[in-house]
Amino acid sequence: MASHSVIDELKKTQILELLDQEKRVDGRALDEPREISIETNAVPKANGSAKVRLGDTEVLCGVKIQPDRPFPDMGDKGIFICTAELLPLSHPSVETGPPQPHVIELARVVDRGIRESHMIDLSQLVIEKGKSVVGVFSDIVVIDYDGNLFDACSYAATAALLTSTTPKWTMVDDKPTIVNGEEIPLPTTTIPVSVTMGKIGNHIIVDPNGDEWDSMDARITITTNSDGNICALQKGGNDGFTQEEVVQCGEISVRVGAKIREKLKEAQQGSR
Amino acid sequence: MGGRDATMVLLDENGIRCDGRKIDETRKIMIKAGVLKNADGSAYIEFGDNKILVGIFGPRDVHPKHMSDTDTGILRVRYHMEPFSVSERKNPAPSRREIEISKVIKEALEPAVILEKFPRTAVDVFIEVFQADGGSRCAALSAASVALADAGIPMRDMVAACASGKVADTIVLDVNNEEDQAGQADMPIGYMPNLKKITLLQLDGILTPEEYKKCVEVGVNGCKIVYELQKKALTDKYFGNGSD
Repeated sequence: MASHSVIDELKKTQILELLDQEKRVDGRALDEPREISIETNAVPKANGSAKVRLGDTEVLCGVKIQPDRPFPDMGDKGIFICTAELLPLSHPSVETGPPQPHVIELARVVDRGIRESHMIDLSQLVIEKGKSVVGVFSDIVVIDYDGNLFDACSYAATAALLTSTTPKWTMVDDKPTIVNGEEIPLPTTTIPVSVTMGKIGNHIIVDPNGDEWDSMDARITITTNSDGNICALQKGGNDGFTQEEVVQCGEISVRVGAKIREKLKEAQQGSR
Repeated sequence: MGGRDATMVLLDENGIRCDGRKIDETRKIMIKAGVLKNADGSAYIEFGDNKILVGIFGPRDVHPKHMSDTDTGILRVRYHMEPFSVSERKNPAPSRREIEISKVIKEALEPAVILEKFPRTAVDVFIEVFQADGGSRCAALSAASVALADAGIPMRDMVAACASGKVADTIVLDVNNEEDQAGQADMPIGYMPNLKKITLLQLDGILTPEEYKKCVEVGVNGCKIVYELQKKALTDKYFGNGSD
């Protein structure tokens, strides 16, 4: 989102000067994410939903679960699709129309974190092999913008999936038909957590806010699973990371991610 | 939207509707002004099961430039539903229904806003429906008025909106989703309570001339109820006890 707004040179200088003293504009420690609040079941009509606030960034994810055709050669697996959209009310620079490259990247990074962690057990989502499977659609909308959409969207999607319930279908007359009875929780195996870090000068900061985001030279988003292993990564921005920095970022993502995973677990238990 | 239950009783012998309301009663309404950081003005409304957020930007430069008017500012409205807002996932691309609703809401707001003082600019109204129930256009219009006021856009009046309709041969206020599906008529109304002007009016269904008259009357009364809540939302934000 570096191109999103023009940042005051003075602000940028201030951010850098503070970082040289190991301080941040909003008083956080370098490896400290902003306050996270998770409201599950924000949209009861969805199969699962979550509204997440990360500082002043606010996003909403709704999950819809419905029968679909399997992908070719993937007849024994359900479908997972994740989209993201910046609502035009989230920031004055957002325009309606076809998605911009940075929004496509956002959706794909969130999708990849969840997919590569094998969070959803897609093998359990088959109605009839090769013919009909269960599709899980996770649609994320950005409501208010103050930097780091990657993590806000990722937590919203994860929280929504963790609290999703799904009906059961069976084939009747060649058509998927809902089996009456209780809905079951969506089968999940792990809780992926992404941690996005920005590089400003030689400093690595966790969860950059809007002003920091616009001052960054480069960024890296690392997703870890419940075992503390890294399962997805995306580097962005116009500068590079040293090998040491990449290792350091990996360590930070495991450590910071573990704390955030506890919040997601709380949100999951709170909704039951 | 939503299944239709043939066995449902829309109106029982005591004049109580399927969701427990009386015939002249609205669903539960909650309006909050000023809920977004970046928007110039905003409002969130819960109207029954509708959950709708509105953000305003402007007056600001018009892009594309050829849309601008040298005599006045222009109003642009986008009514948009999230894919998860309804029972069956909605395709994220704008539907014909959304385009039409955007237009009628724009035309309902235009009489209220004073944009002549801001030539060559645009005021953008972005309406996001997170969850849709019956009457989402009325809820959206009511919230959009509050958001415009919150943005400090000069206005002649608020536009309050509520639907009336015909259910089980009776004229009722604020038709919900079930009544919309199974009922006989639905009439969304947008109304400027001080100037006493109707700025949005649509009708689906058949009404006799007497019923038609009654329906408008009931709907306008509903708008007056909504208007009080709009005023309250703005007073709470600007004259509240510092809680917000």
